[in-house]
Amino acid sequence: MTSDPGDAKRMTAQYRLRLFISGSTPRSTRAIENLRRICEEHLEGCYDLEIIDVYENPEATRDLQVIATPTLIKLLPEPSRRTIGDMSDRDRVLAGLSLLANAPR
Amino acid sequence: MGKHTVPGIVEGHEVAAAQLSKAPTGITGLDDLTLGGLPCGRPTLLCGSAGCGKTLFALTFLVNGVVDFGETGVFVSFEERPEDLDANVASLGFQLADLVAAEKLVIDHVHIERSEIEESGEYDLEGLFVRLNYAIDRVGAKRVVLDTIEALFSGFTDSAVLRAELRRLFVWLKEKGVTAIITGERGEGQLTRYGIEEYVSDCVILLDNRVEDQVMTRRLRVVKYRGSAHGTNEYPFLIDQEGISVLPITSAGLEHCVSHEAVPTGVAGLNDMLGMKGYYRSSSVLISGLAGTGKSTFSASFVNAACERGERCLFFAFEESPDQVIRNMNSVGIQLKRHVDAGLLKFEAARPSLYGFEMHLARMNRDIERFKPDAIVVDPISAFRGPSSEIHATLVRLADICKSRGITAIFTTLSSPDDPANESQRSVSSLMDTWISLADVEANGERNRVLYLLKSRGMDHSKQLREYQLSSQGIRLIDVYVGPEGVLTGTARIAQEAREHDASIQRQQLTARRHREMVRKRELVEARIAEMRTELEMEESEFQTLVDEEDTRETMRRSERGAMGAIRGHHSDR
Repeated sequence: MTSDPGDAKRMTAQYRLRLFISGSTPRSTRAIENLRRICEEHLEGCYDLEIIDVYENPEATRDLQVIATPTLIKLLPEPSRRTIGDMSDRDRVLAGLSLLANAPR
Repeated sequence: MGKHTVPGIVEGHEVAAAQLSKAPTGITGLDDLTLGGLPCGRPTLLCGSAGCGKTLFALTFLVNGVVDFGETGVFVSFEERPEDLDANVASLGFQLADLVAAEKLVIDHVHIERSEIEESGEYDLEGLFVRLNYAIDRVGAKRVVLDTIEALFSGFTDSAVLRAELRRLFVWLKEKGVTAIITGERGEGQLTRYGIEEYVSDCVILLDNRVEDQVMTRRLRVVKYRGSAHGTNEYPFLIDQEGISVLPITSAGLEHCVSHEAVPTGVAGLNDMLGMKGYYRSSSVLISGLAGTGKSTFSASFVNAACERGERCLFFAFEESPDQVIRNMNSVGIQLKRHVDAGLLKFEAARPSLYGFEMHLARMNRDIERFKPDAIVVDPISAFRGPSSEIHATLVRLADICKSRGITAIFTTLSSPDDPANESQRSVSSLMDTWISLADVEANGERNRVLYLLKSRGMDHSKQLREYQLSSQGIRLIDVYVGPEGVLTGTARIAQEAREHDASIQRQQLTARRHREMVRKRELVEARIAEMRTELEMEESEFQTLVDEEDTRETMRRSERGAMGAIRGHHSDR
């Protein structure tokens, strides 16, 4: 599928991320803000982040094996990884996104 | 924790709460033990080491809920995948997939892969709550199982958060009003590895499997049950193709009603030996004896007689297969096959080594509940292995179960030649109402069988030793020769009887001879008397003759003297 016509578009959305939060708690808000900041810094223009509220979409918790909130799931690129917490530990988030090795020291 | 309830003792204020509503598990025995089931609308902790049946227990609770009590359920598995669960319980006849398809059951597999997870900052387990809530609401579940929630501890590093969340989860489950089972792995020095018993304080059930003498026995104990009385002992339980059954003790009391009715033993002579013309109904009978004394035959005779009266019998065979028993009993004229065909007689055969002693009893209890027999035979109880205290404890339970259900129970036991009343027999004998001892008497190069009644409670029974024979006509009792030379049986008895017969003939002959001698002596004496009388008569007649002669002579002399005087007087006068 490498010769897909949407190649260029997919390049921009190379990272497919899902962030599960539980309602509009301070922790949820914090997680969203922290993650957005990291993504803008490290993955600008090449990520697709979807924020899912588990209260609104409970079925998704089952499909994606979500237990803790907030949970960030990196669906692409493989392998799939997940990071839980309010995303306040930047290095951990980068490790969960498999970006730590490439990150400047 | 635990200060509100002392196990086995219900405090005053909680007696009122004994009306606490309960969710029946449908597991044989467990509902008796807990006086109705698990606390309804509350979480119960089910803990035990690996392989002791936690998952199966929990799943049985759910499936029975759906099938028997119309309560839908949710099974959250933290370990096994739904397909594995399905395969594991299919052997028990559970069709999980069907229940899931019918929206009666939800199986949710929570997969936690530690290596996939990075932790970055604060989190909670709201995702799990939402997930659980969603599953419960989808089928309107009343029953929930979390198996094994402690798997979370391996998935998350922050145990403080985890504990707080678990505490919240159990409170939430209670608020939700679902009857929940939370399983936990047995830990060192505490009930569960991560001490979650701290959060579940309503009901705690401990499962255990111990291996003794290479035989595994499963046991269950209700550690606590807040607000309800419950059995506090360890109870054996059984897992087999029929599911789970727990051997209850609620039936093990001494309040059972006794029967005054006699049930014939099936052996004519034995009925006469027992003052009642049989055993008491619902009594326990022990038949002990050496190998080959016909213990099984006595049992089979009883079964045969009972079935002929139309009663139901359950025969637990631990040494022979049912076919073998039927064939062997045919040889002594006891036809059991027809009763099996008529559905009156059922054999349950198992090797004693198959499970532990208590497991056998759990199984027997279940079979009794299902078949509802009027009489049972356990042949033999000596096949069981284990410490005699355990054998005793469990036989007490079996005997009580039978008594409470009005079942007449025949137990056979093998005695050893050196020690006719061995340890295990002595320990069970006190339970038994009637004890028949079968023995071999060896003499004159042959072996004969005798029986006697060691005891028979509540009846005036024979104290005599009786010889019996096993023939194609069944068991026949013969009067035993008891004489100055001891008890004689078999040919010795026959020989002795012949000797006695001879002796009596001799005595008769002797008397006759003496009689004849007396007659002859009398004849002799009388002859002599006659002779002497004749002699006397002769002497008398001789004497008379002499007297007569003398008289004659005197007369003559007197006349002669007169004549001479006359002559002389004439001459002198001239």
